[in-house]
Amino acid sequence: METVIQQTLNGLSIGSIYALIAVGYSLIYSILQFSNFAHGSFLIAGAYAGFFAMAGTSLPFLVVMAMALVFSGGVAIMTERFAYRPIRMRGSKALYFIIASLGVSIFAENLVIVTIGPQFRTYPQILAVRALDLGGISVGILDMVAAGVAVTFLLILNFVVTRTKTGMAIRAASFDLPAAGLMGVNVNRVIAIVFFIAGLLAGVSGILLGMKYTVYPQLGYLTIKAFVAAIFGGLGSLPGAILGSLCLGVIETFTAAFISSTLRDLIVFTTLIVILLVRPSGILGRYVEEKV
Amino acid sequence: MSPYHQGILTLISINVTAVLGVSLLTGFTGLFSFGHAGFMSVGAYTAAILTVRQGLPFFISLPLAGAAAAIVSLIMYPTLKLKGDYFAIAALGFGEAFRLIVENGGKFTGGARGFPGMPHYTTLWVALFVTALACLLMRNTILSRFGRSFMAIREDRLAAEALGIDVVRYQMLALAISAFYAGVGGGMFAFYMQYIQPIMFDIAKSTELAASVVFGGLGSLTGSVVAAVILTAIPEVFRPLAQWRMVFYGLALVLTIVIRPQGLLGFYEISLGGLRSLVKRPRREAGA
Repeated sequence: METVIQQTLNGLSIGSIYALIAVGYSLIYSILQFSNFAHGSFLIAGAYAGFFAMAGTSLPFLVVMAMALVFSGGVAIMTERFAYRPIRMRGSKALYFIIASLGVSIFAENLVIVTIGPQFRTYPQILAVRALDLGGISVGILDMVAAGVAVTFLLILNFVVTRTKTGMAIRAASFDLPAAGLMGVNVNRVIAIVFFIAGLLAGVSGILLGMKYTVYPQLGYLTIKAFVAAIFGGLGSLPGAILGSLCLGVIETFTAAFISSTLRDLIVFTTLIVILLVRPSGILGRYVEEKV
Repeated sequence: MSPYHQGILTLISINVTAVLGVSLLTGFTGLFSFGHAGFMSVGAYTAAILTVRQGLPFFISLPLAGAAAAIVSLIMYPTLKLKGDYFAIAALGFGEAFRLIVENGGKFTGGARGFPGMPHYTTLWVALFVTALACLLMRNTILSRFGRSFMAIREDRLAAEALGIDVVRYQMLALAISAFYAGVGGGMFAFYMQYIQPIMFDIAKSTELAASVVFGGLGSLTGSVVAAVILTAIPEVFRPLAQWRMVFYGLALVLTIVIRPQGLLGFYEISLGGLRSLVKRPRREAGA
């Protein structure tokens, strides 16, 4: 019984990190209606910026983190500005966005390999990698901190989206982008803000993953799991992305703990396929049919 | 010709064969796939196992490799109802799932360590012959009634359906044919490398295939072929810049989409007749 609870907690912790990625990915999807495969690049940007800021400066921890997050958000804005906006202005199909995002992700990953190097890097140890003992259940401090940070950022995002004027503009844009533009929403600005938020959240997850494991150029591959989570919960739905991520995190840790850790990723992709076949709109999503 | 140059040309031929398949699916039918490396791996492992373990001749196991990939592609039938992004992501899931199954295949596939022991059957002449045959067959497919149906689906799914085209059936056909090509490409690849490993068929490989089609231009067979040749040869030409080549590759992909979304030769084919008329009346505008 203890192992089950322990694995559930571990799963929720990794799931909450996935949620940060999946929410940003879903947010971009809900506005531009395409799958941003460059999302992993934002994560890498945050993870490396955090690493170098922490290893190379003696500034306070929170200042350093804030700088890293502004950097990953900035990378996301630049990506939109130089890769997606020209395509958007031409009104091209989603296919072109997907290919451009693939190009960005290949570019970013290999730029990191060439300039920084392909090796694994370990974050300077800030939090003790200890486990707390809660009556027979041991939970890593880092796991709890990660979950706490993720929940905090998601609550802030929820506040921004539901309570602020910018949030209203984002919701309007996700409902109907051209109509929001006609109603006086500055579409370019809203999209830039959405990319900034998505990049920032991916950056947070990058730093958390870096602290939990290590930083390496292929870290962005993890975002594929966040796509699965987003589809699981329903593409374009933010609560869905969170729910899907938590489910996926638990499925993953349970597979690793009770079946086999080598089958973990296979289970993830099988889940993806099964969901797409049974319920393409996910748990909380709506599947938009083509209008005639 | 030095063995080194022969090797490059062989590799180019193999990639051209696999890219032709993706070109049919993405460029002519409008389905975007990130999973074709998975079909290549099915082909590569089928050919390797049939020839090395069962002792079948290479020229029999090669078409069987394509057939195996085509049969495996039937699993994706239900996903054809999904549109755009959803299909692309489903294909990605399938591609990765194939790779992970091979990786977990134990003694049967050699697992992550790979499958050795293929004789060097894919010589330059074999590769050129198979590729030429593949080009010819694909050209005929595109020009046939099937080809026109595929293009109708790409242009407007609903209109195609209204014209009586069974959209999902034709998409399945395009997918199976393209998987066949990828499988044959994979089979040739196995007997060129003489050693295969699951990691050779990861997302990067799928992306490379899709990128060739986009770079060459959607809806252009010759464009895809030219792009496959260029994108395979460039890394070899720029050996000294080996580290940077993937950086430029990504950049080129983005720039192509931003500056020239139709690719090198989108919806345009190079043909001998076209070249001849180009020589005869070089300045004449089309349609004048």
